[in-house]
Amino acid sequence: MLRKTRLALAILFFAPITLLFLDFTGTVHAWFGWMAKIQFLPAVLALNVGLIALLVILTIVFGRVYCSIICPLGVFQDVISWLNGRRKKKKYRFSYSPAKPWLRYGILALFIIALTTGAGSFAALLAPYSSYGRIAGNLFAPIYRWGNNLIAHIAERVGSYAFYETDVWMKSLPTFIIAVVTFVVLAILAWRNGRTYCNTVCPVGTVLGFLSRFSLLRPVLDSEKCRHCSLCSRRCKAACIDYRNHSIDYSRCVACMDCIDTCKHDALHLQWRWKTRNKTEATSGHTDTSRRSFLTATAILATTATLKAQQKKVDGGLAVIEDKKIPVRATPIEPPGSWSARDFARHCTACQLCVSACPNNVLRPSSDPARLMQPEMSYERGYCRPECTRCSEVCPAGAIRPITVADKSSTRIGHAVWVRKNCIPLTDGAECGNCARHCPSGAILMVPHDSGNPESVRIPVINAGRCIGCGACENLCPARPFSAIYVEGHTMHSIM
Amino acid sequence: MNNHDKTRLSRRNFLKTMGAIGVAATGLPACSNGRETDTGNAAPAGEMTYRTNPSTGDRVSLLGFGMMRLPSVGGRSAREGNEEIDQEMVNELVDCAIANGVNYFDTSPAYCRGKSEHATGIALSHHPRDSYFIATKLSNFAPSTWSREASIAMYHNSMKELQVDYLDYLLLHGVGMGGGMEEFENRYMKNGILDFLLEERKEGRIRNLGFSYHGDVRVFDYLLSRHDEYKWDFVQIQLNYLDWKYAKQINPMNTDAEYLYNELVKRNIPAIVMEPLLGGRLSNVPSTIFARLKQREPELSVASWAFRFAGSLPGVHTVLSGMTRMEHLQDNLRTYSPLKPLTEDDFTFLQETATLMMSFDTIPCNDCKYCMPCPYGLDIPAILLHYNKCLNEGNITGNANDENYRKARRAFLVGYDRNVPKLRQANHCIGCNQCSPHCPQRIDIPAELHRIDAYAERLKQEIG
Repeated sequence: MLRKTRLALAILFFAPITLLFLDFTGTVHAWFGWMAKIQFLPAVLALNVGLIALLVILTIVFGRVYCSIICPLGVFQDVISWLNGRRKKKKYRFSYSPAKPWLRYGILALFIIALTTGAGSFAALLAPYSSYGRIAGNLFAPIYRWGNNLIAHIAERVGSYAFYETDVWMKSLPTFIIAVVTFVVLAILAWRNGRTYCNTVCPVGTVLGFLSRFSLLRPVLDSEKCRHCSLCSRRCKAACIDYRNHSIDYSRCVACMDCIDTCKHDALHLQWRWKTRNKTEATSGHTDTSRRSFLTATAILATTATLKAQQKKVDGGLAVIEDKKIPVRATPIEPPGSWSARDFARHCTACQLCVSACPNNVLRPSSDPARLMQPEMSYERGYCRPECTRCSEVCPAGAIRPITVADKSSTRIGHAVWVRKNCIPLTDGAECGNCARHCPSGAILMVPHDSGNPESVRIPVINAGRCIGCGACENLCPARPFSAIYVEGHTMHSIM
Repeated sequence: MNNHDKTRLSRRNFLKTMGAIGVAATGLPACSNGRETDTGNAAPAGEMTYRTNPSTGDRVSLLGFGMMRLPSVGGRSAREGNEEIDQEMVNELVDCAIANGVNYFDTSPAYCRGKSEHATGIALSHHPRDSYFIATKLSNFAPSTWSREASIAMYHNSMKELQVDYLDYLLLHGVGMGGGMEEFENRYMKNGILDFLLEERKEGRIRNLGFSYHGDVRVFDYLLSRHDEYKWDFVQIQLNYLDWKYAKQINPMNTDAEYLYNELVKRNIPAIVMEPLLGGRLSNVPSTIFARLKQREPELSVASWAFRFAGSLPGVHTVLSGMTRMEHLQDNLRTYSPLKPLTEDDFTFLQETATLMMSFDTIPCNDCKYCMPCPYGLDIPAILLHYNKCLNEGNITGNANDENYRKARRAFLVGYDRNVPKLRQANHCIGCNQCSPHCPQRIDIPAELHRIDAYAERLKQEIG
C-alpha cells in the first residue's frame, strides 16, 4: 500500500514535469509550471525561503520522499532500474554497500564552490533537475515533436487546425553531447545499481540525506522478527539496508517502501522516531559572479550554398534562401526579465526549460565555455516576439523573472547595430525598409543615404534609445547569410 | 432537371455515348472512369464540341489544354517548391485528353520555369502530328531577349523543345503587360520580330498567328486597328463571368472581357479564352456562392459553370484550362462533351453571381506564377491564395470580439505556416516591386503582401 502510494505520487509528478519540457504550446505550464518551481535547487537559487523550509520539513518528517516522488531524475532512474528488474532473476539484484561519505561530501563541496564562484555550468552538470531537463529537452523533446509533426501532417490532410508543425533543430551541439553522456551514464548506473547517482553524486541527495538521518517516519527493521533472509537488502535500490546488523542508513534511504512490501516475515515497518533531535537548516549557497571557464566546446554551424537573384526569364519556381549565420556578438543577449547578465548567471540552473518553451526558436543553450548550457538568444531563426513572455513564466530559478508584455516592450535588452556593407538598398539598389516596417518600438527610420539627394535610395538609421533589442530587424533583414542589422546584448537591462 | 432542347438532343445520343465510354475504358486505363457511371461522376456523356477556324478550317476542340499548371512530382502544382514536372502524369493527362477529343495544347517557353514546352513535346510525341494543334508563344519578356537574334532563337528553340517543324498557333505573348505600348514596341516592332513572324506564316511554319493580351488596352486596340494588315488568325483574351463586366471595377487598369470579346466578334476573329476559371477562383468560391450554384444545378460542378459561360459564346474558338489533375480533366470533359450552352436565364443568373462575388474582397490572383521567382524567396501566389482561402471560408475577421475569432485566428495562422514556409511569408517582402509589372492581373503585389503581413502580425499579437 505504501509502495503503491509512492508509485502513484511519483507518476503524478514525473509525467507533468516531463511534459513541461516537451510541450511547445504553452498550455501545460499554466497547469503544472509549479512543479518545476518546487524543485530543490531552483527553489534555492530563486531564494524561495518558504518553499525550502517546506522541503526541509517534508524531509525531516518523511525522509527523502522528495527523491522518490518530486525529483524527476530520481523517478527516471527508478524507471530504468525497474525495467531491468522485470527480467528474470533480476528483481533481487541489489546488495548492501557501505556509504561513501567522502565522495558525497566531496562532490557537495565542489558543487557549492562551483555555485559560489559562478561556475554555474559545472554545477548544472551535477544538479539532478538540470540533468533531467537536459535529457528531456535534448533527447525526449525532439521525439515528442516529431510525433507531433506526424499528427500535424495527418491533421493537415484532413483539414484540421488542431495540430500544427513545429521545428526540430539542434540548438547546441555541446549541450546535446552532454545530454547524451548524462543519459548514458545515468542509465547504466540505474540499470545496474539503482540509486548510485542519488547516493554518491547528487548534491541535493547529499543535503537531503543529511536531513533524513533525523526523519521522524522511517522504515525500521525489527531484529526479533527478522530471519536474515536478505530479501530486503537485495531489493533495496539505495543499497542502504544492512540486514545482518538490522540497520538502515537513513541518509541514503529514499523512502521508496519497496522493502516493506518485500519482507515476508513482517519485520519491516514504517515507524515514528520519538527521540527527536530537531534540526532546521537550509543549505547550499549562491553568491558572486566571477566567471571562469573550464570546458571548451566547439559550435558547428551549418551553411548552405546560395543563388543570387537573377534576371527573371521564366515563370514560377522559388529562389533558394540561404540560411542566416549567427553574427559575432560582443555581448550575449539574455531574455527580458533576466535584468542583468550577472544576476542571470547567478540564478540559472541550465535546466533548459526556457529553451524548450521558447516558441520562436530564439533561446538556445550557450556554447560559450563560461556559460555552457545556460540559455542565450539569437535571431537567425526567429525573434523575440512582442506578445510572448513564455520564458519568464517557466523559469523556476528566478533567473528570468516574470515580466508582463507591457514591461517587456519597454525593456531594453540590447540595441541594433547597422552593418553598411550588407544593406540591400546599397548592395542591390532596391528600396527595402523591412527592418523599419517591423520594428515594434519605432526605433528605425529610413533616410536617403545621400544627404544631398532626397531622392537617393533610403537606408535605416537606428535610434538606440528606443531600441529594445527584440531582433525583429535582424531576423527579417533580407541580407543573407549575415543580416545588415544585428543586435548587441546589454549586460544590464534597462527600462525605457 | 433542365428541359432545354440541347439536353434532349444529347439524350438521344445515349447509346452512342455508352459505346464511346466503353472504348475509352478499354483503350486507356489511365483515364477510364467508365465504371463510375452510376455514381454521377461519370466519364463524358457524349462527343466533344468542336469549333471551326474560319481562316484555316481547323476543327478545334472547345476544351483546350493549358500547359501552364502542369503537375509536379509530389502531385501538386509546382507551387510547393522546385520539384520537377511529373512527366508520367503529363503523358497520362495528354493521352486521356486526346482520347476524349481534345486537340489543342497551349504552352510557352516561360511556363513551369521554362520546362513546359519540353514536357509538352514529350507527351505529344506519342501521337501523330496531325492529331493535335500546338500553340506556343514568343515570351520575350526579359529585356535581354528583346534583340532580334535572341527572340528568333527563342522561337526556334520552341520548335526544338516541342519536337515539331511547324507550329499551329503562335502568339505574341502578353502584349500590354508591364510597360504597355512602349514595351510592346521593344519586344515586337523595333526588332522586326512581328515582320519576321508574318514571314514565317507565309512560309507555313506558323499556321495561325495571333496574340495574347493583358493589361494596357491601348495595345489591344492598336493591334486590332492593324487587323487588315496583319490578318490575325485568332486572339487570346481573359474571359469569364466575373471579368465579363467587372474586370475594370476589380482593377481600373484592366478591361472588361465583354468589350474585348465584342471587338473580336466585330472583326470575325476567333477568340481563344484564357483564365476561364481565374486559376481556380471560380471553383473555390465562398460558401454562399457555392450554395447558390449548387442549388440551381446540384449535379454540376462549380467549375462547370465557368466553362459553360466561356464555351457558350459562339465567337470562342477554344477554352484553355490548366489541368493539373486527372479530376480537373474529367470534369472539363464532362462539361464540353458536348457543351450544354447557357440559356438566357443562366446567363443572367451568372451575372448576378458575379455581382455577388464582387462583395468579397478576394485578391484577384490566378496563381499563374508570372511574378515568380521572387528574388527574396517569397512564395507570392501561395500567400495570396492562402489569404483568399481564408476569406472564402469566413476566416478573415477584423474584430477580436467576433464569435468565431479564435477559430478564424487559428485557421489563418496555422494554415499560413502550412501553406507557406516561414521564410517565404509576407513579412520578408522588402517591397522591391520586381513582381508587379509581371502580374497579368496588375495586382499591386507589395501592397497586398504588406497588408497581409500587417494582418498576420495583428493576429499574432492579439492572443485570444
